[in-house]
Amino acid sequence: MPRLSVTHFEAALLFAIFSSIVLGVVSKKTDRERLRYGLRCFAWFVVALFAVGWAMYLGHG
Amino acid sequence: MANSSAPAAVSVPRNWVPVVALAWLVPGGGHFLLKRYGRGGLLFLSVASMFLLGLMMRGPMFHPQGGDLLTVIIYYGGFLGDLASGLLYFLSVWLGYNQPDIAGHVHDYGGKFLVAAGLLNVLAMVDAWEIATGKKD
Repeated sequence: MPRLSVTHFEAALLFAIFSSIVLGVVSKKTDRERLRYGLRCFAWFVVALFAVGWAMYLGHG
Repeated sequence: MANSSAPAAVSVPRNWVPVVALAWLVPGGGHFLLKRYGRGGLLFLSVASMFLLGLMMRGPMFHPQGGDLLTVIIYYGGFLGDLASGLLYFLSVWLGYNQPDIAGHVHDYGGKFLVAAGLLNVLAMVDAWEIATGKKD
């Protein structure tokens, strides 16, 4: 089994990609709605990632 | 008189036990059994990828552990999350990919990826159950 070494950002991005796919697939009624919801989830994951990242950076002073 | 604006045909409810059992053992398997091949494939790809990434990051599996309330919640919850991946979990434990818990952010992320894969599979199981019982198309 190859060893994978990732940064915090890469790990969070991978998590966001796969979680968004599942959230998109299991929700909504049509494929178009699922695609839009999955993309929206991914966008919100990324926004939250930057927001929390900056909050931690600023919180540390 | 027939109603011209009648809703589209609703899928016939069927026995959901084998569907949910297969959905647990093989991510997306329930959807395959219900002939939702595209969605089943995407679910399998996502859950299996997340699980494999967790293993490649050398993430540890959770084992049930007693102690204070927080310890019980974390370790029992983590164990259930790992277990929810079905065959992926059993195969990785049987084949010796169960990693020891060591310090480091990558290993820590790996453990979270393993649990998250199981939790995503729970969402897939619920979706398969809803389709099988006719609550959802």
